[in-house]
Amino acid sequence: MPTMNIIQAVNDALDLAMAADKDVVILGEDVGKFGGVFRATVGLQEKYGEDRVIDTPLAEAGIIGAAIGMAIYGLRPVAEIQFSDFIFPAYDQIVNELAKFRYRSGGEYPCPMVIRTPFGGGIRGGHYHSQSPEATFAHHAGLVCVAPSNPYDAKGLLLAALASPDPVMVFEPKRIYRGPAHGTNWSAHPKGEVPAGHYTVPIGKADIARPLRGKGIPVSLITYGAMVETCREAATKVEADGIDVELIDLRTLVPYDLPAIVESVSRTGRAVVANEAPKTCGFAAEIVALIMEHCFDWLQAPPLRVTGYDTPFPYTLEAAYLPDSGRVATALRSVARYK
Amino acid sequence: MAASQPPPVEIAPLRVLRADGTILDPEFIDSVPASDIARLYAAMVAQRVYDDRMIKMQRQGRLGFYLACTGEEACAYGPAYALRDDDWMFPAYREPGVALWRGFPLQTWVDNLVGNCDDPVKGRQMPVHWSARAQNVVSISSPVGTQIPQCAGTAYAMRQRGDDAVAICFFGEGTSSEGDFHVGLNFAGVAKAPAIFFCRNNGYAISTPYEKTTATPHIALRALGYGIRGQVVDGNDLFAVIKAVREAAAFARAGHGPTLIEAKTYRLAAHSTSDDPKAYRSREEEAEAAAQDPLPRLRRWLEAQGLWDEAREQQTQAEASEAILAALARAEAKPHPPLTTLFDDVFAARTPLLEAQALELAAHLSSGDSAYRASGGH
Repeated sequence: MPTMNIIQAVNDALDLAMAADKDVVILGEDVGKFGGVFRATVGLQEKYGEDRVIDTPLAEAGIIGAAIGMAIYGLRPVAEIQFSDFIFPAYDQIVNELAKFRYRSGGEYPCPMVIRTPFGGGIRGGHYHSQSPEATFAHHAGLVCVAPSNPYDAKGLLLAALASPDPVMVFEPKRIYRGPAHGTNWSAHPKGEVPAGHYTVPIGKADIARPLRGKGIPVSLITYGAMVETCREAATKVEADGIDVELIDLRTLVPYDLPAIVESVSRTGRAVVANEAPKTCGFAAEIVALIMEHCFDWLQAPPLRVTGYDTPFPYTLEAAYLPDSGRVATALRSVARYK
Repeated sequence: MAASQPPPVEIAPLRVLRADGTILDPEFIDSVPASDIARLYAAMVAQRVYDDRMIKMQRQGRLGFYLACTGEEACAYGPAYALRDDDWMFPAYREPGVALWRGFPLQTWVDNLVGNCDDPVKGRQMPVHWSARAQNVVSISSPVGTQIPQCAGTAYAMRQRGDDAVAICFFGEGTSSEGDFHVGLNFAGVAKAPAIFFCRNNGYAISTPYEKTTATPHIALRALGYGIRGQVVDGNDLFAVIKAVREAAAFARAGHGPTLIEAKTYRLAAHSTSDDPKAYRSREEEAEAAAQDPLPRLRRWLEAQGLWDEAREQQTQAEASEAILAALARAEAKPHPPLTTLFDDVFAARTPLLEAQALELAAHLSSGDSAYRASGGH
């Protein structure tokens, strides 16, 4: 089976979708001739033409607004927002228009389209190339939000998004685009194996990224995106402490897989939830609230969050800001030893 | 890299009919069947009656909100007439005529004003925010200008699919200050999308006059900055509006790209039922604008052709009044949209979360302590 990195997996999914359906169009800044600043659309304009892989003017509200107009007419646009930090000029188009089009028109104007946007830090991008705004979109009814953590899921979720009747936002974990950790590549990772051809990863289904080993105090560790690999590292670290981690990769934030969360936490009785975004109103807060509502009777310890701090995203002190495997391990130990 | 020769921007207002009802452009008049003009005039008279009655009904507490197009009727009925039924229209909230002219049922429009079970948008939006899919008229938003880049995208899609259609969007001159105006016209200009941007310059963004919102003498001049065609038109002259939109549509269908039309008109009524223009403009100014009213102007011409008279005027008004009040009475007698619709259409199918919330609401409503039930909901 071929191995791919996340960029190649995204490119492969887009290529398959464009070959299969001439209504699929890509639009965004630098996505055409250049192939995107992260190279996710490389070669596609050459193959499918300038009318289907559109280098747009530099205006995010225009990219999303035009994509909405295309989608309601019957095209299947895939809009790229170069960095999720730049998505805010399009916030009105996304939350007031895209998210509400089907509802506000009484079902007359569904608006199925895909927004791809890289999110998260770890690339020395400072304030404006590092943020994780997914919770602000998950908050608005009407937007499906997914966040793959590996090449296999990146391709399968994108193909599922392209087949969805709803608008789907794909938050791509940019710091693990090319390898699960700095200086590595995806070829040695089981999820770096990406089947050729069409397949989908179901929207709304979480994945057990690391099952319990059956030895030690069980803890459910729940996260998504680039934090999956950070959490995997933490799980290995705490093995020596007699802690047995079940790592749950949410994959979809909206609609989240509540049964998977409840099933795991009711079994382990302990939970740590991690997200890279700031703590206040981050997506981890929602998951912890769900755990309290649905798993209270099984809990052996208060669930903990490991998140970014409530500051703007820093440049020089990035490594201090980002939740690392050490902070996750500390939280795991704390939850496991709670008396 | 130099752009090709930019299309023209015409700021001398396109005019076919003088305010006194006499003709400047007989050749154009000949291109529109006189019987069509009589029908358009009758529809505009009816629209004015609808607006008048609905404002009164709002004052009586029978509607939550209303927003009239009085004085700007030609800016809705003209474009709707000039375009084909497969051309898509993106109205703001002041152009009910674009859908009514295409056969959107009056009853459905009033059902939306009331927000009952037959409201096409299922009571989810305020009055005047309807949707008319069968007429190719797109759902209306309250934040202004969002429809402008969407219109550009739809126009792009039309060409991409090989359809010979155009997309038009409507907005006021106040909206031309929004970023979406800029990004929409820029996108359409670069893409040479078959779009028409129809700006109703009615003089006021709610209370703020034109000169406080822009320093350019004509919104249409902005077309130059986007490399697209610009055209000022007398928005109170139905013939001129039809001519301008026809020309813009032909230009777009020929692959030459978009046109920004600026229709100079005047909002004779208040912005909405929540507004009182006495606070910001003079009676003299309003009287001067009323002298340019598109309806009497067209009536003078029709009467000179022997196509209209006072009896027909009275009859049209009486029929419109009866029709709208009967439609309102029927709309008021209809029940609310079913409660289940609250959770539908968020997504194509209800998510487990929405299913759970629907059950939660049902339990609450049967608890005997529900504000909805207390307000008469059923």
